[in-house]
Formats: sequence, structure tokens, C-alpha cells
Amino acid sequence: MNDRIIGRVKRVNGPVIEVMGITDAEMFELVRVGDANLIGELVKLEAEAAVVQVYEDTTGIAPLDPVYGAGMQLSVELGPGMIGNIYDGIQRPLEAIRDIAGIYIRKGIDIPSLNKTKRWHFVPSAKPGDNVTGGMILGAVQETENVLHKILVPPGEKGMLESVAPEGDYTVEDVIAVLKGDDSQTKDLLLMHRWPIRLQRPTRKRLPPDIPLITGQRVIDTLFPIAKGSTVSIPGGFGTGKTMTQQAVAKWCDADLIVYIGCGERGNEITEVLAEFPELIDPRTGRSLMERTILIANTSNMPVSAREASIYTGITMAEYFRDQGYHVAVMADSTSRWAEALRELSGRMEEMPAEEGFPAYLPTRIAEFYERAGSMETLSGNAGSVTIIGAVSPPGGDFSEPVTQHTKRFIRCFWALDRNLANARHYPAISWLDSYSEYLDDISMWWDQQTGPQWRSDRTEIMELLHKEVRLQQVVKLVGPDALPDTQRFILEVCTLFKNAFLQQNAYDKIDMFSTVQKQAKMLHIIVTYWQRGAEAIKRGVTLVKLRKMKVYQDIIKMKFTVANDDLSELDKIQGRLERAMDQMEALHA
Amino acid sequence: MPENNRQLLAGREYIGVDKIDGPLIFVSKTHPVGYRELIECVDKQGNVRLGIVLESSTNIVVVQVFEGTTGLTLPDTRIRFSGKPLTIPVSREMLGRVFDGLGHPTDGGPIQRSDVELDVNGVAINPTSRQYPRDFIQTGISVIDGMNTLIRGQKLPIFSGNGLPHNTLAAQIARQAKIRGSDTEFAVVFAAMGVKHDVARFFIQSFEDSGVLENVALFLSLADDPSIERLITPRTALTLAEHLAFAEDMHVLVIMTDMTNYCESLREISTIRGEIPSRKGYPGYLYSDLAELYERSGMIKGRKGSITLLPILTMPNDDISHPVPDLSGYITEGQIVFEREMDGRGIYPPIAGLPSLSRLMKDGIGEGMTREDHPHLASQLFAAYSYVKDVRNLASVIGEEELTPMDHSYLEFGREFEQKFVSQRNDEDRSIEQTLDIGWEVLKALPSEELHRLTDEEIEKFYGK
Ligand SMILES: Nc1ncnc2c1ncn2[C@@H]1O[C@H](COP(=O)(O)OP(=O)(O)O)[C@@H](O)[C@H]1O
Ligand SMILES: [Mg+2]
Repeated sequence: MNDRIIGRVKRVNGPVIEVMGITDAEMFELVRVGDANLIGELVKLEAEAAVVQVYEDTTGIAPLDPVYGAGMQLSVELGPGMIGNIYDGIQRPLEAIRDIAGIYIRKGIDIPSLNKTKRWHFVPSAKPGDNVTGGMILGAVQETENVLHKILVPPGEKGMLESVAPEGDYTVEDVIAVLKGDDSQTKDLLLMHRWPIRLQRPTRKRLPPDIPLITGQRVIDTLFPIAKGSTVSIPGGFGTGKTMTQQAVAKWCDADLIVYIGCGERGNEITEVLAEFPELIDPRTGRSLMERTILIANTSNMPVSAREASIYTGITMAEYFRDQGYHVAVMADSTSRWAEALRELSGRMEEMPAEEGFPAYLPTRIAEFYERAGSMETLSGNAGSVTIIGAVSPPGGDFSEPVTQHTKRFIRCFWALDRNLANARHYPAISWLDSYSEYLDDISMWWDQQTGPQWRSDRTEIMELLHKEVRLQQVVKLVGPDALPDTQRFILEVCTLFKNAFLQQNAYDKIDMFSTVQKQAKMLHIIVTYWQRGAEAIKRGVTLVKLRKMKVYQDIIKMKFTVANDDLSELDKIQGRLERAMDQMEALHA
Repeated sequence: MPENNRQLLAGREYIGVDKIDGPLIFVSKTHPVGYRELIECVDKQGNVRLGIVLESSTNIVVVQVFEGTTGLTLPDTRIRFSGKPLTIPVSREMLGRVFDGLGHPTDGGPIQRSDVELDVNGVAINPTSRQYPRDFIQTGISVIDGMNTLIRGQKLPIFSGNGLPHNTLAAQIARQAKIRGSDTEFAVVFAAMGVKHDVARFFIQSFEDSGVLENVALFLSLADDPSIERLITPRTALTLAEHLAFAEDMHVLVIMTDMTNYCESLREISTIRGEIPSRKGYPGYLYSDLAELYERSGMIKGRKGSITLLPILTMPNDDISHPVPDLSGYITEGQIVFEREMDGRGIYPPIAGLPSLSRLMKDGIGEGMTREDHPHLASQLFAAYSYVKDVRNLASVIGEEELTPMDHSYLEFGREFEQKFVSQRNDEDRSIEQTLDIGWEVLKALPSEELHRLTDEEIEKFYGK
């Protein structure tokens, strides 16, 4: 496939190569450059000045080096063998590369993305004679204990199945069905198919995002919840907790599959996931978390153009599993590094910059990316979803910069990380004032069914208090806390309690690291009860000190650590003790 | 161009160049020259300077000369292309020696020979071959060990400002750093970029005083050396470090100072080339470029050695949001931030409690590593100290008298914390137990009910003891 020379190198400028003498190359064609066989993509077509974006270090590439065309677009291989695997930005398997090349990533290594010799047990569900169209299910492979990998007719194909392979063990390149198109041409369908990464996979229609994606993180699920199929942005300066939050969500959310994209971030963070995920047990399935995770790692020191490609590689894999009827959550850490890669490449192509050196098409690209998320009816008529949670790393932590601002236009949930909270080690440092979720109304019905209507009213109540607190704090800053009446100081106290006992969540604590919705709802209700009954008591003349000295107060502060998800009766007891203590206090002041 | 053909052409010399602009030389009508290829530039007197190819095309090649272009002329400058990237020979014998930024000895000793020649640009480590760093390094400095713990294989920069004691701290860390119960050999690789002679001398003296100079390799590209040499200095230093760590099984501490000077040289080149700048004139690829350096630290599965990286950078105008500290902070595994105000109050080390962070701390502390109370104690100290800052702000508006009794306790805690916990002598080497005990001692200023981040058992066992 590598012998068709489509041109020769004219100029090398980092990862951007100009090519002259173009023959029959196609736009976005996958190419190989030089004798080192570096992978690249043709991003601009012009006879004597075409541009190739190279996905590997171009050291040593010289003018007149040949450029070979592969005759296809930059694509990913979709089929059994992806789960639990780790790939670079253009789907090269990093573990296999390590086995061949050792500790460093050598250039020009040609390794298939999917293992081509491993056999998978395929069970057909379609039969010869069936009329099928793209996206329909031909059969399935039990890839991991929990993931039944459905084998699809590649989108775009259509026709009658001439034959279907019997149940048995096949490699990804074996033919499992033969399709006869309307033009009577036959086509072999394999266990795998390819899909160009920059092309959204088709679906039938969008569905309303009304099922929450439960993350187990209280500030998220209770204050700024998301739905399956959401678009979420999580911006924050360095060290404010973007990665930790995404990892926590990747670990505990109730998606069927996670695609975790380390885009231009640290190598050690990937290593950490690789070390930790296999050991962690998914509470819903009882299996290792790695059995539902695909990792894409294009770390900050790996080639910048592959960083640009990495998020498309990731989202395409996510769409492929969505098309099988799964709920997939994509973590992209960080989309700013992707945008910067875009900027660097654009700069080297000498395009006109818009804001801060970013190309004018930045907003379009961001929009296209987030548009690939959603809750969908698949081509086979099932429901599936892709949720995108994208970190944004604003320079100087300043949210007015282009990537944060443009992203905000295309997402519906914003978890703003706050430097002051992070400095005080209030984690997750998600600001309750700057964050928002537009999914609240969509998913409230679900919560009603799970925990009763109280959840919504408790939540509203606490959000009101948090906003009142801001105004009161401004007063305190001018005149000191003593100037406030007890009723108002109590608001400050309750907010402090809520922040300490509820919003803060320690990602390293065995019990605290995730909370079920039931635990969250009960904890919330305890604190709201403390507020409501306490406010009553103060009106009757009970002092603040008395309220704080109540024995149950200490239980409330520590309940997140002491009450395990599988033993919530303890929370009912705290609720009971609280109410009795309040009854007594009121009786004394009747 | 087939490989062998290029080898033949390599070594060909071109007499006369088209244009010289700052450290850049433009040569036309060459054979096809490889991107990032090493070149030799020979001046009228026959002196050789090294450089690399920044851009190659059919009509012009752009070359960057590390030793600067002073004294070069258009007709007499000769350029030789080598056909390979810039490499340096590396070996253990380089310890105890002094080199310039390109790895040439400057101490009058013999030119190093080695069978191992490595590309100074390094190659990206495959994330699957990394070993996640977990081993606690005791630096003997409480605010680091207790609250911003350094881990072996970590990259932890010092964000400082002009005139602040970052060199003293880096030297103290280099002197005191130890891993309990570990006997693997250690080495220090020191890279100086654009700093003054005094700074280099200070470090050399400090290594000598502690008797480790023969374990130290110094790469010096000082303030009066060509600024462009700074771009290669950290790369040569890290290339040696990689060899020592991953081929010779040594634990290597790399100190690089001052990264701000490095970034300025990068900006200089970028400006001359007319590239589109991002913030403050720095090139858009500053992040990737810094990452190429910082990411060379770490540990590798199956190898005994490690590279711990301690870059020092001065924040222009003490501004942590300046691109150099900002981008560094995004790449490194935390940061030790200096505060001028603390320095002014005579506190050493003047490490700001709140903005400092060690991202790797979490997996290296606690039971079996430091002490079981460490994680919660650190978290409690952070929380309380952060409240101290709020109270101080409040007090400055309404006056201390108006504060509640509880707020007064916090002010007391703040004083104790800064005086007893943070503050220490620059030759004081505290054990981790001492550090944690002092932490508990300063917490005594607060009633136990305020200590929400600690468990009842921990309070029972350590509080007020
Ligand atoms: N939920 C959390 N629980 C405990 N620690 C956290 C949490 N979130 C962040 N941290 C701390 O903050 C540090 C920085 O977080 P990280 O996610 O790496 O920041 P970012 O990706 O925004 O740079 C972590 O190393 C950890 O120490
Ligand atoms: Mg991060």
C-alpha cells in the first residue's frame, strides 16, 4: 500500500511539511513521509505546495524525500480488542510498541491498532437473506465479562446478506458476512471496520437527555448534575483539580464505557490510571474498572499533531460503542492542549490568526467536537449516548480567554474550578457560584422517582442559602460577623457546614470517594433539616453556640466518612437524632 | 533521498551564507538537508560553532547557531551539515566535571569519551513503560515534607522571584534529601542557564562543602555566554541524567536554573523568525517545548534509577500567571511558590502555604510511608491556614478587636504555624516525625472541635500530646 508516491518534500517546518509535485493525492489522505515512514495526513491540497501534518517527530526529514499515499483517510480500526487497551493519538497500541521498541517511543513503527491474530468468539444474530443497512447488528462477541461487543454493518453499507459466518472463533480480519449491494456487487464484512476519525458516525435521531449520568461526586450530582449524552466543560488553572475530577468521574460514573483521552498532559497521569484502574472494582458490575475503559494517551512530550488527532480518535471510538447501544463517557484532558496544537499547526502553515494566535476556525472545531456528543437513537434503533467532559486549561486561570469562552457557547454544563477553593484544599474545587448545569430540569423526574420530590426542594433551598451567604459575607467583610443578627449568622454557619460536610469530597478516602444518590439525598436532607429546624429554634431564642454544641453536629460533620454507601440506615439514625435534639431544644424554649 | 546518499552529501561544506539575523543563519542552494540536523559553522579564523537546522526547504535552510553569530560575515562563513542530529557522548565519568551548555568540558580536564552517544533531544518515554513514583524523599524542610512532599522521580519547580533565597533552598534540598533505607547511588546534574557566575559558584561551593562534588555534573551556560546556548543546556544535562538514571541505575537529582532565561531565549528565536506569538510574545509552542524537558523526569518500570527534577524559575514581577510559571505549573507535578512578603518578614524558607502543591504527595505519604496521621494533618494545616488568611484580611478592615474569640485563636495558630512550622534554619534537617509533631503542636492553638479534617482517633492519639 506504500508504493504510490504522491509527491516530494519541499519544506520541513516542525510537524508541518510542504509537498511539491502532487499527483493523484486525495484531501485528508493518510500518507507516509520519507524512508522513515512517518505517518501524516494531507491537510491542504495544492500542486506545488500541499501541506502534510506529520504525526511523528520530523527530525531528519529532508527536501525531496518521497511522500507515499495510503489511499485512505486517517481512520481508526473498530472491532473487538479495544477495551482495556491504551493507544496514542492515532490509535497505535502503546503496549505493543513498548514490547517492540522498549521504553522510548521510536518513530516509524508500523503496528496494527487491533490485534490481528487473536481470535474472538463470534455469535451471529443475522441470517443469510436478511436485508440490512449500516449500523444494524450482525452478531456479537463477548469482549469482556460485561461488554458484549456487537458487530455492526458499517454505516453507509446496504444490501442483502448473502452469507453469515457460523458461530465460531474469528480474527478481526476474518469475513463474518458477505453483503450483496443493490448494484449486485458483493462486499466482505469483517469482524472489524475502519472509520475516518474526522467524520461523525451517523445516527437516526437525537433523544432528550433525561437520564442522569451519576458520578458519585456530590457537588456534581446534587448541585450541577449531568445527563447521559451531556456536554460538560471543566475549566480551571493548574492544580485546581481538572484531572482529579475527571478521573473520579471516570472511575465512578454509571456509564457502560469510558474513553479517557490524555491530550497533551503528563505521562505519569496515564501511568497512574494504568496502575490504579485495573485494581479498582466497578461497584455496579463487580469487575475491574479497566474492563470498561479505553485509554488514549498523547502526552505533552509526544508529537503535537497527534495530539490534535487524539480527541477525534477518542470520540470516534466512543461513537462506535454508542452505536452498539451503550452509554459512553469521554474524558478529554485537556481540550486546551488540543486547541494549542491546532494553533501551532495553523501558525506553521502561516494561516491568518484570529484571537491570541488561534486560527479563526477554532470555534467551529470546538462546536463540531461537542456536537458529536448526545443521547441518540442508533441506526439499529437502540438508545445510546456519548457524554463529553472536556477539561479546559485557561492561561493564567483566566476564563475570559478564547478556548474557555468558545467552549462555553457549545456546552450545557460548566463546572468552574476555583483557585481559592483549591488553595484551601477544598476539593473538588467546583465553584457553587460560577458553575451551572442546564440538565437539571431534564433529569429531575428521574431523581423524583429514585429519592422522592424532596431532593429537588432540598437542593433549591441549599442553593438559595449559598447565594445569600455571598451577600452576607460582603457585610461581614465590612463590619465583622458580630454585626449580623443570629438568624443571619446561622446562614453562614449552615453554609460552612454544607461545604465541609457535603461539598468537600476526598477522592482518596475509601468511603468518601463516591456517594450513591441515596446517600447524597439523605445527607442533603439532614443538613437542610438542621437549617430549617435550627432557624426555627433561633427564632425561639436558642443561641448559635447551643446549636453548634449539639452532639449530633459532630456526627453530621463526619457522616461522609463514617457512613458507607451500603449501610445508609446510619444516616436515618442521624436524621432521627437530629430531629429529637431539635424537639428537645424547642421544648426548652417553648 | 536514500539514506546512504545523504551520508555522502553530509560533510559537504558551503562557503558563504545568504543572511544572518541574530542567532539565525540562512543558507541557500544546499543539498537536501534534514530537519534538526547538526551543523558546524566555521568563521574566518577557523573557529567552529555548533548549530542545528530549524527549517529546511528546497531553496533555503535556516540554521540556529548556539554559540551566537558575533563576528560572522556573509562571504566567509562556512557551513558543514552533519547528516545527523546533535548528540553528546555520555558516561558516568562525567560526574565531578564542569561543561558548557553543549557538553564540552570547561574545567581543563580531558574530553570525555564514551561508546554511548545520545541525541540531546531525547525521545518521548512510552507512558506504559513509566513507573508511577511513590517513594517519599525527606528533605528535612517541614513545609515541603509536611505539606508539599517531594517524591522520587517527581518534577517539582520552585517559583521564585529576584532576590529570594531559591538557590539556598535548592542547595539545602540537594544536601539534605534522603530516602530512608535506600542505598542506590545518587548523582546531581546541575544546569545553569543565563545565571550569574556567583550563582554557579554558590552551588559549587555548597556541593563541595557537603563533600558530594564528585557526584555532581555541572552544565554552565552563564549570563555572559551566548543566550542561544541556553536552549540546548537543559537538553544536554537531561541527556546525561537519563543515561545515569536508566542505564547506570542511579538516582539523579536535576537542578535547572533559571527556566525564565531559557524561555526568553526561545522567545528571542521565535521573534526573529517572525512566528505568531501567543501570550506576552512567547511562542505558542512554549508549553510543548517545556514539556519536552520536564517530561524527561520520572521512573521507568524495571529500572532502578530515577530522575527527580527541580527547576528554578523567577516569576517576572512576582506574577504567577506569567506564561513561564503558568505553563510550567500546568506541566510539572506541583510547585513550591515563594512569597516576597514572607521573606520580608524574615521567614525562611519563604514558601507560601496555599499556592504550593505537590501532586504526587498523595501516594507517597501515610501509613507505612511517612506516618498514618500525615495525610489528614497536612489537609488540616492547609484548611486552617487558609482560614487564617481570611481572618487576617478581615482584621485589616475591621480591626483585630472586633474579631470573634475563635478568629483570635486562628490568628494565634497562623503565627505559630509560620514561626515554628514553616520557619527553620537553612542548615536545619528535620525528620518527618519532627515535622509532623510540630504540625500537631501548632494546631494546639485551635480547639479540637475545629479540626474537621482529622479523625477522632487521630485527635485522640496526637492532639495536645
Ligand atoms: N477531589 C480531590 N480530592 C483530593 N485531592 C484532590 C482532589 N482534587 C484535586 N486534588 C488535589 O489537587 C491536586 C491537583 O489536581 P489535578 O486534578 O491534578 O489538577 P489539574 O488537572 O487541574 O492541574 C491533586 O494532585 C490533588 O492533590
Ligand atoms: Mg491536569
